[in-house]
Amino acid sequence: MTATPDVLVVGAGIVGAACAWELARTGARVEVVDQGIPGGGATAAGMGHLVVLDDDPLSSLSLELWRALAAELPKGAEYWNCGTLWIAANAEELAAGRRKPGVEMLDEKQLYEAEPELRPGLAGGALAKGDAVVYAPVVTQWLLGQAGVQVRREAVRDVGELRAGAVICATGALTQKLLPELPVQPRKGHLAITDRYAGKVRHQLVELGYMQSAHGQANESVAFNVQPRPTGQLLIGSSRQYAVETAGIDAHMLERMLQRAFGFLPFLRECSVIRTWTGFRASTPDKLPLIGRLRDNLYMATGHEGLGVTTSLGTAKLLAAEILGRPAPIPAEPYRPERFHA
Amino acid sequence: MNAFDIAIVGAGPAGLAAARAAARSGKSVAVIDDNPEAGGQIWRGAAQIPLAAGARLFAMTRVFDVRPGFEVHTAPHGVIRAERLILATGARELFLPFPGWTEAGVAGAGALQTLVKSGMDVRGRRVLVAGSGPLLVAVAASLRAKGARVLGVAEQAPLGRIVPFLLRYAAKLPQATALRARLFGVPYWTGVWPVSFAAGRVALSNGRELDVDFLACGFGLVPNSEAAQLLGCRVEDGFVVVDSRQETTVRGVYCAGEPTGIGGLEKALEEGERAGAAATGQAVRPGRTGAFVRDLARAFALDGRLYGLARPETLICRCEEVPLAELAMHREWREAKLQTRCGMGACQGRICGPVAARLFGWTACSVRPPLVPVAAEWLATGQRQQEPGSDR
Repeated sequence: MTATPDVLVVGAGIVGAACAWELARTGARVEVVDQGIPGGGATAAGMGHLVVLDDDPLSSLSLELWRALAAELPKGAEYWNCGTLWIAANAEELAAGRRKPGVEMLDEKQLYEAEPELRPGLAGGALAKGDAVVYAPVVTQWLLGQAGVQVRREAVRDVGELRAGAVICATGALTQKLLPELPVQPRKGHLAITDRYAGKVRHQLVELGYMQSAHGQANESVAFNVQPRPTGQLLIGSSRQYAVETAGIDAHMLERMLQRAFGFLPFLRECSVIRTWTGFRASTPDKLPLIGRLRDNLYMATGHEGLGVTTSLGTAKLLAAEILGRPAPIPAEPYRPERFHA
Repeated sequence: MNAFDIAIVGAGPAGLAAARAAARSGKSVAVIDDNPEAGGQIWRGAAQIPLAAGARLFAMTRVFDVRPGFEVHTAPHGVIRAERLILATGARELFLPFPGWTEAGVAGAGALQTLVKSGMDVRGRRVLVAGSGPLLVAVAASLRAKGARVLGVAEQAPLGRIVPFLLRYAAKLPQATALRARLFGVPYWTGVWPVSFAAGRVALSNGRELDVDFLACGFGLVPNSEAAQLLGCRVEDGFVVVDSRQETTVRGVYCAGEPTGIGGLEKALEEGERAGAAATGQAVRPGRTGAFVRDLARAFALDGRLYGLARPETLICRCEEVPLAELAMHREWREAKLQTRCGMGACQGRICGPVAARLFGWTACSVRPPLVPVAAEWLATGQRQQEPGSDR
């Protein structure tokens, strides 16, 4: 390292890469450091589902940014505007679906036209046509390349020792290793991927009961969440576990997760699973990320739980505005790290 | 519920020898294999050791997970429990990429032999057998016995390394003499390997070109050590570490045959016997095949030039169609996998992983279940409630 950079990003996941890219575009000299390979943590473990959540301006802003970027992304990024189909098992869930922003409601008949493999007896669905999927490790590498950044491969032990105009901690589930005072907890997830079954599933499918599971505080939970890849492969999720630090497959969680998926897509029973894996989300007590200045020249971009890929672009936009003293694109208050820092 | 004293994964020579030894103790023995019959790759349906009386064979049974305790998770027989586990999982062929290696007409030497044994007609077909190791001669002999016109055997190792090996082990390789006799008249070129294949024409490293119907390639063997890795057994350079009783670093887990070191039939039988005896508390005879493994590896060590045959556009990963040039941009296996999808397809890097290890010096990633692709319902139920459809 020669001169002190304007910005030093710790963590080369998609959030760190997006921050590096956003700031490099403003002319800042940016460096990125990571102990592992770029996009090799939660970025690689996740599904890469780009999804707008209710009452979440960060995800809405981010989807706009993704759509604007889509044409520039390399082929390997596999950006696919397949939409999210939220599945309602009953009338109550259907009512919840109606409250989602910008969705097209599907009745029972339309639901089975859209996704014939779903089990009979479901009430309907809410189709979010603007949602998409992406292959996040390639996007991460592309963002770093666009930023002109070569990731320095080393472990950071003390953020206080880093010299830069601004230091950004995009450290995901490892945040507490550097900043133990922040309530960012690893939340383990499992995924499975099948061989190729082209055309069987057409949208990212998520049960409307998902939010209850994802935002609940239960120690262990599963939800139906299946994604078709452009190859015809199917990603099967999802599971959530607190207080588990080992990265191995937990058979009971994998079993529960698959059973949940069979309950919506019975044909999955027969599908050949070729690989399973786990990863760690960075979760916070109020389910919102930490974006903004923590103290001095130290900024946070972490705690995105399951939404890091979706909100990476919006996070970078918001954080860059703060660092550069520009107007925030959306209200920044809900994400300020100081809310956890008396 | 299937519960046994001893479960043996693999019904090749090592597994069958282990079953015979273990059954002597009167303990209950299960032998699990994904082929229709016992015999493994070498004997393939013509096992020269009968399945021990009292041992139960689970044929056409895929092992997709092994867990402490021990639980062998299979399709379609669900969980098979055992007090001791013997891994006799054999080896697979090493393929090395050269221009044209993915074209129709190029086959794995062992794979072609298997096809022929199961009825494929090769009478009058022109075959070149190429690669490395004693198995090439065996493959050439069996293809010739089925009426193929074997044009030659191209062995990459130089004559100067093979002759001392053959002289030293002539007595140990009784089958070698018979094979040579059956191959009488078939050229055996040493220090020669295929450099490219296109439209039925093989170009060899000595400048010779041959028109063939099949190019049967095998560059040695890669140990199947994935099950051992899943159990946490120590693996060094791809081989499962065992003590003098074939026990791995995980108590109660034994390993025999190729996964502990490529050594062929005699070693597999010897180690299987030892593992079966040790796992059932019988006296164990010391091994005699250690030097053979070392000398075999030395005699047929691959020439470094074989790793330079692939061109930038040559595919390394067939499942995901990833060429060499894309891989060469990366620094390690996991990064290459994430960025190119190499090794992420149906074979899960079983073929391209060992290639990448040799071409780039990359080490493989951790092993996770499923060990082989398996219908999701098997992963979702430790023990199935009902029998699956007839298609599996």
